Amino acid sequence: MVPLSYYLVLSAILFACGVAGFLIKRNIITLFLSIELMLNGVNLSFIAFAAQLKSLDGHIFVFFVMVVAAAEAAVGLAIIIAVFRTRESLNVDRVNLLKL
Amino acid sequence: MLHLLLFFIFAAICVAGAINLLAQKHPINSALSLIVVMGSLAVLYLLLGAEFVAALQLIVYAGAVMVLFVFVIMLLNAGVEERTEHGSRVAIVLGVPGLIIGLGIVAWVVSHLAGLDKIAIGGPTIMNGAEVFGNPQAVGRLLFLDYLLPFEVTSILILIAIMGAVVLARREE
Repeated sequence: MVPLSYYLVLSAILFACGVAGFLIKRNIITLFLSIELMLNGVNLSFIAFAAQLKSLDGHIFVFFVMVVAAAEAAVGLAIIIAVFRTRESLNVDRVNLLKL
Repeated sequence: MLHLLLFFIFAAICVAGAINLLAQKHPINSALSLIVVMGSLAVLYLLLGAEFVAALQLIVYAGAVMVLFVFVIMLLNAGVEERTEHGSRVAIVLGVPGLIIGLGIVAWVVSHLAGLDKIAIGGPTIMNGAEVFGNPQAVGRLLFLDYLLPFEVTSILILIAIMGAVVLARREE
């Protein structure tokens, strides 16, 4: 049996890695991957608290987070493709205008 | 004891994958290390008794979403990330480990103050003589009875996302 706080610390570490990747990376696809990493860190703490409280509601929340993450990935990658067509670059520093 | 050992092994793989995601320059390497993180998280979900979520993690996240990412990376022929040097190197070299360690310590202190580090969790939960916690039957019953309306709303969300993706990725005529 593992103490609950170990899971929370692991979740915090994953979230911090996601935040750091979002701030230091310049490739727009890697930024999206960092967002997915943050969502995974949050999901882990949801499941850990669900196991501690003996409640299944946390599992349902994780299900909805996954659905939203899948929708976000689909739309976000479509936007990346549209941006790449016009800019010919994946560097976020070159994407500084909202106009395509 | 076996639980603790498995937790440490897969937590170490998880953190190594997350750090590798930061360290790699090529987006395809970052995507593959994120798949490693998601796979080891699925094992941790199994340790917590969340069988349904572990299966979803592998099928939806490590399967569908990451295939989409890898597909787009290959479609765009994304090369090595180009650096635009205007950030501080010291901030990156010291800030990233500082952020990770700091947030970990904060989580540890808060859960220690709340007394959460004495609560041991994980393993299958026996209710009414059968293992019911977190299996697909229990989650499905909750999802289709108590959370039916949010579930149906997510189907509309997915539909809108599909249409949005098709419209956005369409080539301008």
